[in-house]
Amino acid sequence: MLDIKMYDSKDEMAWCPGCGNYSILPAIKEALAELELKPHQVVVASGIGQAAKLPHYINTNGFNGLHGRAVPPASGIKIANKDLKVIIHSGDGDSYGEGGNHLMHGIRRNVDITHFVHDNQVYGLTKGQGSPTTAEGQKTSMQLDGVRIQQLSPLALAVSLDCSFVARSFSGNKKHLISIMKEAINHKGYALVDILQPCVIFNQVNTFKWYKDNVYYLDESYDPTDKIAAFQKALEWEEGIPLGVIYKKEKPTYIDQIPYLAEGPSLVDRQWKPAEAEKYMKDFL
Amino acid sequence: MKYNILIGGEAGQGMDTLAALLEKILKRQGYYVFSNKDYMSRIRGGHNFIQIRFGTETITSHHPALDVIVALDKNTIDLHKEKLQEEGVILCDAGIEVDDKRGMSLPLKEIAKDIGNTKVFGSIALGVVLRLFGLDINKAEEVFEEKFNQELSRRNLQALEKGYSLTDIKYHLDKAPEDQHIYINSNQAIALGALAGGVSFYSGYPMTPGTSIMTYLSGKQEDANIVVEQVEDEIAAINMAIGASYAGTRAMTGTSGGGFSLMVEALGLAGIMETPLVVANIQRPGPATGFPTRTEQGDLSFVLTASHGEIPRMVLAVRNAEDAFYQTVRALNIADKYQMLVVILGDQYLSDATETIQPFDFSNISIDRHIAGEEALQDGAYKRYRLTEDGLSPRIIPGKHEGQVVLVDSDEHNEEGHITESAEVRIQMVNKRMKRMEALKEELIEPNYFGVEKPEILLLGWGSMNGPLNEAVEILQKENIDVGALVFGDLYPLPTKLLEKYSGNAAQIINVEQNYTGQLAKLIRQETGIPCQKSILKYDGRQMSGYEIYKRVKEEVL
Repeated sequence: MLDIKMYDSKDEMAWCPGCGNYSILPAIKEALAELELKPHQVVVASGIGQAAKLPHYINTNGFNGLHGRAVPPASGIKIANKDLKVIIHSGDGDSYGEGGNHLMHGIRRNVDITHFVHDNQVYGLTKGQGSPTTAEGQKTSMQLDGVRIQQLSPLALAVSLDCSFVARSFSGNKKHLISIMKEAINHKGYALVDILQPCVIFNQVNTFKWYKDNVYYLDESYDPTDKIAAFQKALEWEEGIPLGVIYKKEKPTYIDQIPYLAEGPSLVDRQWKPAEAEKYMKDFL
Repeated sequence: MKYNILIGGEAGQGMDTLAALLEKILKRQGYYVFSNKDYMSRIRGGHNFIQIRFGTETITSHHPALDVIVALDKNTIDLHKEKLQEEGVILCDAGIEVDDKRGMSLPLKEIAKDIGNTKVFGSIALGVVLRLFGLDINKAEEVFEEKFNQELSRRNLQALEKGYSLTDIKYHLDKAPEDQHIYINSNQAIALGALAGGVSFYSGYPMTPGTSIMTYLSGKQEDANIVVEQVEDEIAAINMAIGASYAGTRAMTGTSGGGFSLMVEALGLAGIMETPLVVANIQRPGPATGFPTRTEQGDLSFVLTASHGEIPRMVLAVRNAEDAFYQTVRALNIADKYQMLVVILGDQYLSDATETIQPFDFSNISIDRHIAGEEALQDGAYKRYRLTEDGLSPRIIPGKHEGQVVLVDSDEHNEEGHITESAEVRIQMVNKRMKRMEALKEELIEPNYFGVEKPEILLLGWGSMNGPLNEAVEILQKENIDVGALVFGDLYPLPTKLLEKYSGNAAQIINVEQNYTGQLAKLIRQETGIPCQKSILKYDGRQMSGYEIYKRVKEEVL
């Protein structure tokens, strides 16, 4: 295990006191330390939002891009340099709202990246509007009479897309979170982890206590390779929220399907001279 | 010596194959060839046509006057016979009614049936055309063997020979020197430039007329060890390319105007992150879906400021296939040198205009990455946005330096890349980003100039107007008109030396553009205060030919 201090950033944190993010940050540092991934070997990518500030609070490579657009650059980074470990940390609005299309196709593309969604079921940085995971009927700073549109089940969506790794954890159980994080990072393929976390300022419904009272842990009897069972499990919410690995499917990653990239050097190490393209002029004779 | 052949018909009737074969045969015989396409946004039916101009001198534009029409349907005759020379020929199948003394109606379909394959119909027509021009049949054999399998090649050759025997030589061509050219359109040249220039990652979403860049690159993935990814939308395309560029590869994306509109937010991302990026926008008439398969120069004003906020950028337009190749390589090098966005503007006309040109000189180009090594680590610590005199911070590849990390951010940030709210840092960072424009201005390429040393009439154009303006000036000069034309490739920053030189003496300055608002004239006035007195504009989706510009100068200016 590496010294966890090497991931410490000197940047001043802009999260609210009591925020669930304060539990997720040390968990990812500990997961990286235990996996012995050094700061220069890791890229943390994000969009925009409170969770998306995480690249500033951890000493790794960081790509803090546009709102909703964490998945495309993270995929581009991994395709460019397969030796990097690429991890996304972003919120539910960023990942499931603005970035919904990229999530869907990112899962299909199956680039070997890990996507941690800090899911507090509300927009934080823009001050309390409903997010895709806000419960129908819940009153927010924008939806004064309650959210009118249906709550998204991100994990059911992921299972339906045959995402190669689908899991859920909770910021209130550090041990579980670290264990899930490590498994997700080690998994070869697109790994989506929904991390429940309270927003102490804007979500008075899904509080720390609410999550604690409503979650339960999947035990060893649960088989995460059964897709139909996984879909049912992913849909569970009202009757109790399952935590753990919901679905797992081993399949070739994006890079595995490109033999010269899988077996050869990373794109970033490609050696190439202009004259090597000269032969292509034969296409135009 | 120049001749002009039009092949027209419905989409799906095989005119593309027929035209491609004829063009290649002409090219292999040593002639200069220039072809352009006019087609509809549909897969079957409608009316499409291809014009093939060839001769013994360089050809830079299409021309309205026709020598031969190959009509695959009646509509083609009705639509184009007005443009046919008195002595011209309309070749069509006997089944098409042709009420014109120039008509040459032959039982092409029936012969095809006799040969046993109705699809060889086009090759019979091709044989007739080759015979009309007295062209060598051996070159056709060579081209067939490359294009078809043995059986198909044999049948098509049989058809061609049959067609050849149906008529006699009508046009006696000057002999051409041995073929030493390549035959290529601008999108293919951009793609080849990207390959030569070391692009190893290209992401895009199909949009006519930008798609063919990606199509060509895609076919070279395995051979060149590059990755071309078709993504879910243009937002993903540009963001993925920015990610790949951050990681240290040469990355590029391309689209047409609609897709470019979707990319706009991320143009600013590349700007504030100081991530090198080349984006090709192959224009078509907008707004919204506009004219999907037609041409316009309507995006210049848009790309000059696309993105909220202010970023350094370079905008250049390709002027022909040769220019497209070298400018793409240059754009890639400039993007890396200045860690900034370079937008390449092309258009449908150029993307579908294939021309014979000198082979590209690969010995003269280089890949200049400007990636820093250990020297970037001052006092042992790397800062992605270290403040420097010229505004450029050394760029390292993430993951290559133990103990060093690269943090980039779309928020305003400090030297380390961390979010800042400081007024002072904001000013430093804006100045840092914009400062590189000063150095870039020192390496601009002045516009092309055609015409007399002291023109009375100065025509101004950009991009695809190059060929037509070149031909228009040639025709006007033959009538002893003191005319010249400046055609811009580099547009922003705007090179001004030749503009100042030639505008000084001109009584009239006229912008010639394929848009409604005269976007080049606006840019020139904005940057130099030089006004245009008149405009020659067209925005019907069809490119002005050199002859058309000549006519409009005569009618509207003289």
